[in-house]
Amino acid sequence: MMANSATIWLVIIGLGLGSFLIRFSFLGIIGGRQLPEWCLRHLRYVATAVLPGLIAPLVLWPEANNGETDPSRLVAAAVACFIGFRLSSVVGAAVGGMLTLYGMQYLLSL
Amino acid sequence: MSNNSLRGFFWQGYRDCSPFILIVTPFGLLFGVVATEAGLNLIETMMMTILVIAGAAQFTALALLEDQAPTFIVVIAALAVNLRMAMYSAALVPHFGKASLSKRLLASYFMVDQTFAVAIKKYDSEPNLTLDQKLIYYFGCAAAVCPFWYVFSLLGALLGDSIPSSYSLDFAIPICFIAITAPMLKSLPHLVSALVSICVALLLAWMPYNLWLIVAAILAMMAGAKTELMIQARQGTKP
Repeated sequence: MMANSATIWLVIIGLGLGSFLIRFSFLGIIGGRQLPEWCLRHLRYVATAVLPGLIAPLVLWPEANNGETDPSRLVAAAVACFIGFRLSSVVGAAVGGMLTLYGMQYLLSL
Repeated sequence: MSNNSLRGFFWQGYRDCSPFILIVTPFGLLFGVVATEAGLNLIETMMMTILVIAGAAQFTALALLEDQAPTFIVVIAALAVNLRMAMYSAALVPHFGKASLSKRLLASYFMVDQTFAVAIKKYDSEPNLTLDQKLIYYFGCAAAVCPFWYVFSLLGALLGDSIPSSYSLDFAIPICFIAITAPMLKSLPHLVSALVSICVALLLAWMPYNLWLIVAAILAMMAGAKTELMIQARQGTKP
């Protein structure tokens, strides 16, 4: 069963406000001041430090497969990574990855 | 800077981010469906999508609400999923720090994984962009994905549970992030940071509240920065 309407609204407002404050945090506080070089050097790697870690468990232990490693998803992820790396094509990698997933699922169901 | 060429940067951002419409669409649809199944009405679903505008956190909140978790825990756990955006915020300071308060507020609202990743890639490859060019490019990115997030959440809420799970749409998210990240791995420090991020995330996956991701990200940033310094030192000592 679901929580009541007041709880839902509390969650919506709390989560909305909190998410905004997280996003605004550094942009709001630091603003135009110059960051030290050591700090900038770390910030250059934010994207490659967050995104791979975020998805690694999803690739290895997908919830849609009850948390068990799925060969189709592994191969699809590898293909997407290869296309993205070699061709620098984001669309190619995304489309290639999903098509590989469908292809693998078809082959394994034969 | 003339308005005309600024408009060019807007559409450039729109174009560069538009592939992610393919990813945001099923994800938004899925959120609408799951939220309705969980018992949220149309207004509640849409308010959550518009105010929070962060898929992973919204799914976390729904799951915990269904588990009857205490309200406070629901909010904290879902916010933990969004903590990574504090790092995005910091990473955008060198680019947007000098913008007016209202523009920084607006940029904060539209800070999602896709807009951040596409914009930061552009700023890295073209360091000479002006503040206005960077901002308008960023808002172009947001204009490409965010409206689709709203509209397809709405469609999902209206359509309900008529989307078969055999499409494996869950995997659109990992594939999307792989597609964004893989082209960034051309430099050794970026590659090192990505590998450290993956290894630490998998080793610490047992940690609650997405803490594993925060630890993995901090260690991975340190690894990238350290590698950069070592490469510089080696180049410095060469004759």
